[in-house]
Amino acid sequence: MMFFTLLPWAIGLFVVAMLLTTWRLWRGPDLSDRILALDTLYINALALLVLVGVWQGQQFVFEVALLIGLLGFIGTVVLSRFVIKGDIVQ
Amino acid sequence: MSAPVQELPLWLDVLLCALLVVGAFFALVGSWGLVKLSDFFKRLHGPTKATTLGVGSALIASALYFGWQGSWSAHELLITLFLFLTAPVSAHLLIQAVLANEPKHRPPLPGRKG
Repeated sequence: MMFFTLLPWAIGLFVVAMLLTTWRLWRGPDLSDRILALDTLYINALALLVLVGVWQGQQFVFEVALLIGLLGFIGTVVLSRFVIKGDIVQ
Repeated sequence: MSAPVQELPLWLDVLLCALLVVGAFFALVGSWGLVKLSDFFKRLHGPTKATTLGVGSALIASALYFGWQGSWSAHELLITLFLFLTAPVSAHLLIQAVLANEPKHRPPLPGRKG
């Protein structure tokens, strides 16, 4: 099957994408660049996890991916609010 | 790695491969844009669209694959829906964060010359 020969390459491309994002997280001249890089990083990690799950034939990774999505979004919102307001809860 | 349970038909194989290639390509382009572009607002453009599209394609490919294997679950579609809903919200919050951080990024008001 073509799909399973292609799958490791797609996983590798997602890893390269995550490395590029990590570079921006490291460099990022501004705080908002770093928040954006973290946002992209968790979305890429989610996709990478799902593809590895398909590769291994494991389905429990989808619950983990759902959790990553939820918590990552909350993290982005909290960090942005912290930059905007200077406080998380008021 | 476990062997695939069922052989995929050719059309589904081609469809899954296309989704996978599109997904990986968009994710890579989004992250490359994040590295390469010069301004924050340009950099925001890459990940918000490209990564969401790419991750959505990968998740739909996974949903189709597991659906064909007979172990269908709504998780992938839920994750896709959730990402599509949350990506604009987080992008909007990021832009607000930048504007709050540095007012020099604020564009001039319309109708005011100079």
